Amino acid sequence: MTDIGLPHYLAVAAILFTIGVFGIFVNRKNIIVILMSIELILLAVNINLVSFSVYLGNVVGQIFAMFVLTVAAAEAAVGLAILVTFFRNRGDIAVDDASMMKG
Amino acid sequence: MLLQAIAFYLMAAVTLISAVAVVSSKNPVHSVLFLIAAFFSAAGLFVLLGAEFLAMLLVVVYVGAVAVLFLFVVMMLDVDFAALRQGFARYMPLGGLIAGGLAVEMVMVSTTVATRGAAKLNEIPMARGAGAAPDVTNAEAIGRVLYTNYVYFFQAAGMVLLVAMIGAIVLTLRHKPGVRRQVIMDQVLRTPKTGMRMVSPKPGEGIDA
Repeated sequence: MTDIGLPHYLAVAAILFTIGVFGIFVNRKNIIVILMSIELILLAVNINLVSFSVYLGNVVGQIFAMFVLTVAAAEAAVGLAILVTFFRNRGDIAVDDASMMKG
Repeated sequence: MLLQAIAFYLMAAVTLISAVAVVSSKNPVHSVLFLIAAFFSAAGLFVLLGAEFLAMLLVVVYVGAVAVLFLFVVMMLDVDFAALRQGFARYMPLGGLIAGGLAVEMVMVSTTVATRGAAKLNEIPMARGAGAAPDVTNAEAIGRVLYTNYVYFFQAAGMVLLVAMIGAIVLTLRHKPGVRRQVIMDQVLRTPKTGMRMVSPKPGEGIDA
């Protein structure tokens, strides 16, 4: 119980990932919270990468975590920019009836 | 060892409780603030793991940039957030069921991998090493690998950020009509001949324009 090892970190990452997926399920209209849930999922992935990197003694996992971080930052920036543009055009951010492109 | 365990459980609990609060709080501003709390305690977990550089990166990039960006957007958009929460109760039972099942499965799989698979990986001598020398700091170990073996990936990451930045600017750029802008060309090309005009107004009438 007091001996913290790889399984503990992996369990935290797994639960965090599921919370993120759950957030996408229940907040289907609120795109802002969906974006935040995606950030949580990517954080869980990072925890997985870093804990395996530390426990295998290989620093490459941390480098990939850095790349995940980069892509997450880019994704958040572009997603929020699209959201702002969407809000300017529509006046609200309800994404469940966004069918302007008839998709 | 006990102190490490206490720190781990504290930060893991804060991370998970904040994550639950992110997806379930009514006010999106609170969601962003809980997101910041989750990132901070995840950074604490990284420090506990010995990945200090990534922990600081998490604080700087996520808390300093991404979360503040979220906060700006949430506060800037004038949206009725109560209407956006409709359907929360409807999706809650099924979503909770699926998420709970997924969580149990993933925890079981990952703990099994960690206790069986990774324990076997640890026996492989090649798995140790690769910048894990005790006198090398975490940041130095990352730098040694990042700027040699992964330098092209590093450049590609920079390109991703550049494209994202340009994309965000292009998406939100807006030309407002009716804004008088400074036209440098007109000012440079202005000569005394074009800038001055001789008039002879009649008494009592003044000049129109």
